[in-house]
Amino acid sequence: MPILSYLKALGRALGDEMARDDTVCVFGEDIGVAVSNVTTGLLKRYGPERVVDMPISEQAFTSFATGAALAGRRPVIEFQIPALLFLVFEQIANQAHKFSLMTGGQARVPVTYLLPGSGSRVGWAGQHSDHPYSLFAHVGVKTVVPATPSDAYGLLVSAIRDDDPVIMFAPSGALGVREDVDFTRLAPVPLGVGRVHRPGTDVTVVAVGHLVHDALAVADQLADTISVEVFDPRSLYPFDWAGLAASLQKTGRLVVIDDSNRSCGIGAEILATAAEQMRLIAAPKRVTRPDGAVLPFARKLDIALQPSREQLLTAVQEVAKSG
Amino acid sequence: MVDSAGLYRTVRLIRRFEQRAIELVGSGVIAGGIHPYLGEEAVAAGVCAALRDDDGITSTHRGHGHVLAKGADPARMLAELAGRTTGLNRGRGGSMHAADFSIGILGANAIVGAAAPIATGAAWAGRQAGTDRVVVTFFGDGAVSQGVLLESMNLAALWRVPVIFVCENNGFATTMRVEAAVAGTIPGRAAAFGIPASTVDGMDAEAVYAVASEAVARARAGDGPSFVECQTYRFDAHHTWEHKARPRYRTDEEVARGRERDPVDIQGARIPDGQRQRIDAEVEALLDEAVRFACAGPEPDPADALEYLYADGMRARPGVA
Repeated sequence: MPILSYLKALGRALGDEMARDDTVCVFGEDIGVAVSNVTTGLLKRYGPERVVDMPISEQAFTSFATGAALAGRRPVIEFQIPALLFLVFEQIANQAHKFSLMTGGQARVPVTYLLPGSGSRVGWAGQHSDHPYSLFAHVGVKTVVPATPSDAYGLLVSAIRDDDPVIMFAPSGALGVREDVDFTRLAPVPLGVGRVHRPGTDVTVVAVGHLVHDALAVADQLADTISVEVFDPRSLYPFDWAGLAASLQKTGRLVVIDDSNRSCGIGAEILATAAEQMRLIAAPKRVTRPDGAVLPFARKLDIALQPSREQLLTAVQEVAKSG
Repeated sequence: MVDSAGLYRTVRLIRRFEQRAIELVGSGVIAGGIHPYLGEEAVAAGVCAALRDDDGITSTHRGHGHVLAKGADPARMLAELAGRTTGLNRGRGGSMHAADFSIGILGANAIVGAAAPIATGAAWAGRQAGTDRVVVTFFGDGAVSQGVLLESMNLAALWRVPVIFVCENNGFATTMRVEAAVAGTIPGRAAAFGIPASTVDGMDAEAVYAVASEAVARARAGDGPSFVECQTYRFDAHHTWEHKARPRYRTDEEVARGRERDPVDIQGARIPDGQRQRIDAEVEALLDEAVRFACAGPEPDPADALEYLYADGMRARPGVA
C-alpha cells in the first residue's frame, strides 16, 4: 500500500475539501509557498481568492475568518506557531466560539484553526514551543489532536465540515509519522470518538497526540509483564468518555500522558472524570509537563520538561502494582 | 433623495426607545443596565438610511440605535433586553449582543473594536460570493487605538474590501477624554492606510446620510473602504450604572452645553409640525406595544441555559455529575 505522511495527509484533506466545497478557503501566513509544507500546490490549483496569504495581523485575520464564516465561507486558518494562539485567544474563545449561543442560534461560525507543528520543536525555545490544547478544551472550543496520518486526514475533513469552530493541533512530534494507507479508504473521522490503538487488560494509558507513539513503544517494552491498552482520544473536546469508561471497565487502572502543563491540563480532567464516574481499582497517575512550564532553549532542558517514555514506563509499573 | 421624515422617525424612535429602556432598567425589567445611545441617534439613522436590507452592520456595546436603525423590530429588541425567548436572540444575547441576521445585523459586540475584522471578513466574503453587499462597522473613539481595528483597516485597504468604518466620536471612552487617549487624529489613522476619510457633524442625520451614501456607493462600486468620523456627544451615562455611581469626569455645565444641539430637534425642525406630531404619536404607540410585548414574553427555561452553544446541537456536560 502507498505511504501517507502526516503532512501530506493534512494537505490532502485540505485539497479534497476545497474540491468538494467551493466555500472552503485557506488563510495564513506564507501559505502560498507552503512554508509549513501543508498547503503545497493549493495556490496553483485554487488561486489567491481561496488560498489567501495574510499579512502578519493574526488578530485581524482570525476574526476576518469569523466574518467570512458568518457570510457563508468555511475558512481554514493555518497558524505557523502555536503561541500565536495566545494572541488570538480573544478572537477564538471570546468571539467565534460565542456567536452561536449569544445570537440565540442565528449564527454559525464554521472556521477551522490548524496548528501544524504544535508543541516542542526542540531549539525553538520559550515562545515557539507551547501546546495549549487544554486551554481550548477548557473554554469549550472543539479540539482535536490526531496522532496518525489517517486520523489527521479524517479529523481535518470533519473539522472543516463542522458548523462550529474547531481547532486542530498537529503535534510536531507526530509530523514525521508515516502510515501504509489505502487512499481510497481515507474517510472522515467523527469528533468525540476515541481509538484503541492496542488492546490490553491491565492498565489503560490515555495518550494525547504524538505521545500515542510513545505509549505504544512503552506498551511494547512492557508486553511481557503488563498488558497495556493504549487509548487515543483523538478529540479532547468533545471527549469520548464512553470509550474511556469501556476501557477502564476492563483494566480499572489508568495512566494519562499529556503534553500540557500539569495544573488544569486535559490530563487532570481525564483523571477527575475517571475518579468521579468510572471503574478504578488503583489510584491513577498522569505524566505531564510541570506546572507553568516555559520550555528553555538548551536541548536537554527543553526535553527535560516534556513528558517522556521513561516517566510513562515508571508510572505504568507503579499503577499496575498498586491498589 | 433625502427622506427627512424617515430620518426623523428613526432618531425619534431611538430616542424614545432608549428612554423607555432606561425606565425598564430602573424598574428591574432589564437586568444589568444598558449603555444609552441618547444624543448619538443621528449617526445610526444617517448611516443605516444609506444601506439596503441585505447590507450588513456590526454594532457595539452602545448598539441599540444601530440595531433599530437597521430595521430590527423594536418589540423583539426590547424583549431581548428583558431576556425573553421572544427577543431577537431568544434572550441569549441581551443589550450588548443584539443581532438579527435576517436583515444583516451581524451582532453587537462587547469588546471595543473587535467587530471591525468580523465586518471586514463578512464584506470580503460577500464580494467573493458575487454580491454587491457592503458592511458597515460602527465603533467609538475608544476603539481607534485598538490594534485589531487598525489591522482590519490595513486588510480592507489592501484588498479594497467593501466595508465602511464609522467612528462615533462622542468625546469619551467610558470616562477618558478623547484628547487624553488619541495621539494624532482619528481620520489620520485612515489616511495612513490610504483610506479616504471624512469628518461629519454627527448631530445632523442628513449630513451623516450624505457622507455615508458616498461611502456606500464607493464600496458598492468596488472602490474599497471609507472611513467616516461622526462627531457627536453622549447625552447620558456611559452605562446606566453611572446614574447611581455618579463618577465625576465631566461637569453638568458641559453636559448642558453638549445637549444644546439635539439631533432629534435638528431633524424635527426639517419637517412640518403636523407630520412630526403624527410620527411622534406613531412612535409612542409602537413603543407602548413593544413594552407590552417585551414584558409578556416568556422567560427561558433554566434547563435550556446551554442551548445554542453549538451550532450542530452538541450538548455540553452539565456542571455536576
